[in-house]
Amino acid sequence: MKRGLAAAVLGLFLGLGVARAAIDTYQFRDDAERERYQQLTKELRCPKCQNQDIADSNAPIAADLRREIFRMLGEGKSNQQIVEFMVDRYGDFVRYKPALNGRTWLLWFGPGILLVGGFVVLAVIVRRRRRPVPAGSQELSAEQRERLAKLLEKERTHD
Amino acid sequence: MKRWIMVVPLAVFLLMAVFLYKGLFLKPDELPSAMIGKPFPAFSLASVQGERTLTEADLLGRPALVNVWATWCPSCKVEHPYLNQLAEQGVVIHGVNYKDDNAAALKWLAEFHNPYQLDIRDEQGSLGLDLGVYGAPETFLIDAKGIIRYKHVGVVDATVWREQLAPLYQGLVDEAKP
Repeated sequence: MKRGLAAAVLGLFLGLGVARAAIDTYQFRDDAERERYQQLTKELRCPKCQNQDIADSNAPIAADLRREIFRMLGEGKSNQQIVEFMVDRYGDFVRYKPALNGRTWLLWFGPGILLVGGFVVLAVIVRRRRRPVPAGSQELSAEQRERLAKLLEKERTHD
Repeated sequence: MKRWIMVVPLAVFLLMAVFLYKGLFLKPDELPSAMIGKPFPAFSLASVQGERTLTEADLLGRPALVNVWATWCPSCKVEHPYLNQLAEQGVVIHGVNYKDDNAAALKWLAEFHNPYQLDIRDEQGSLGLDLGVYGAPETFLIDAKGIIRYKHVGVVDATVWREQLAPLYQGLVDEAKP
């Protein structure tokens, strides 16, 4: 009984995983156009359900945007023109691949800068550790030696 | 033991606290509109009542709210009485009936009163698409020259009007005066 229930629940989740993609029936001229359609719908983000691309979303707005993409592909528009069409209306937000400009350079290069910075810090630390301790610093001054002798003397008298 | 290392957890905590506190007040579902500062998109659509064709030129001349609504949208029902109230106060409001059944829209306007000066019938959602609408209700504020100046996503109520829209609207009205 329990096992059956578990299997049913598991099946439900697996089913959800499969049924998640939205289904449209568009007739493409050729495979290249179909591929561009799939690429574009994966690259553009649904404005309503924000963590899904429009290929994946069942929101009405995503369906509208897919239809628009299909229409524009039919009109022979380039990928860039189609993405621009969307950005003009919905802003940079809809691009999962943000354009490289003044506002996004940190997004693009930030991780690289952090990585390089990390290596620099690592190199500095390693070099510091390796540097030999200067001679002389290990030798005690006369004053220190005297203090040491006193301490040792004290210790001895205690025992 | 280096003393400053002991401060690191506190610093990390404070940094996280600042970001999380900011996060409490973010509204990620409200996108900044890409349309601000751009002219209202061109359109040529029938009115909901069907007696005339409306174009973007009909919106020119005075500042107005352009409210995107539909009968399938529950929040639109919530904000409708307040729009009626605003219209009574003399605020110019135009309606875009977005992806809706026209008969249902007519019935709604007859039943709940029509606050709109112009009723644009966007059955296919083409104007909505050009406006960057991704849900309803959305309310645009346009100036006398038809430039979009502000967009509010969600219900317009007394608080939203008082704190966001009213000062901007009044500013545009003053701007439009010679």
